[in-house]
Amino acid sequence: MSRTADQVLEQEFLQVRAKILEIAAFFDRLSEGGAVTNEQQLRLLRDGSTILNDGADEKAARVQLLFSRQYESNWREKFGV
Amino acid sequence: MYYIDPHIHMVSRTTDDYETLAKMGCVALSEPAFWAGFDRGSVDSFRDYFRQLTETEPKRAAQYGIQHFTWLCINAKEAENVSLSREVIAMIPEFLDRPNVLGIGEIGLNKNTKNEATIFLEHVDLAVRHDQQILIHTPHLEDKYQGTRMILDMLCGDTRIQRHRVLVDHVEEHTIGPVLDAGFWAGMTLYPVTKCTPQRAADMIERFGPERLMANSAGDWGPSKPTAIPDLILELRRRGHSEAAIRRVVYENPRTFFEQSRHFAFVAPENR
Ligand SMILES: [Zn+2]
Repeated sequence: MSRTADQVLEQEFLQVRAKILEIAAFFDRLSEGGAVTNEQQLRLLRDGSTILNDGADEKAARVQLLFSRQYESNWREKFGV
Repeated sequence: MYYIDPHIHMVSRTTDDYETLAKMGCVALSEPAFWAGFDRGSVDSFRDYFRQLTETEPKRAAQYGIQHFTWLCINAKEAENVSLSREVIAMIPEFLDRPNVLGIGEIGLNKNTKNEATIFLEHVDLAVRHDQQILIHTPHLEDKYQGTRMILDMLCGDTRIQRHRVLVDHVEEHTIGPVLDAGFWAGMTLYPVTKCTPQRAADMIERFGPERLMANSAGDWGPSKPTAIPDLILELRRRGHSEAAIRRVVYENPRTFFEQSRHFAFVAPENR
């Protein structure tokens, strides 16, 4: 059982509106606080919010991967285990 | 609705929490051994902890009609201490015949280090040698994807492993696919802040289906909600899922998985 897009939108519109507002207010607080030292962290947040607006699917999984350390398939050789 | 919480740390919950869980429909739970919030100093400290998990908690749970099961190991965080870990692994067999022990867990990785991987492999070997099921902790946040892939490499590299007897916990959107595709069971942990919400867990159920999938609260000493599974039940009802479909994820799946352990002497509420 899954809901139609119209049902999802109707049921969750206000919650998501509030979440977008939280993120907007966060970026306002950030710019009022001056320059950021940890630019890499800031870039991650900006890249994360870009995923929300691109045309592609699997947004949650792609946001997760954006914030993830890289996996290297030869790790066992490196560790010797 | 009756449900089973397959991963909850009751040693850090109050007796009042047991009462609340019972009132909400929890009829059984399983408690993997984990980190106590501080590093323990000796193997005897773990021996006492395993007594708590196999003697004290089952009695506390039984007062509220909840059946308590457990899993034993030294967790990934303390596995950084390899010599202590080996002492604990050598001691675990003393407890494997206790009536509520389902297997070895929650073993896994924390920061994905060489020492953690070494002790993970030694735990897996212990489980295989004693024909035990395995419950696995995957790392959190930025370490989760890398650590989950490393864990899958180690499990899939051991031909002795029966994948249907292994539960990989704390899966999220980017790790659930690889875990299920490889033939393991997957557990979604409903944590209030950094981890998975009931809404996102419901999304994953809709996306991947109920096969080999379950949900847990993890309820530990950190910010966590022991009644997170009832929250998921409510979310699924709101979305129009049938009672039978919900029951499959929160009750029948944990039961089916645990029944592969010889100590899972579960008595369903309708047969009590
Ligand atoms: Zn845990």
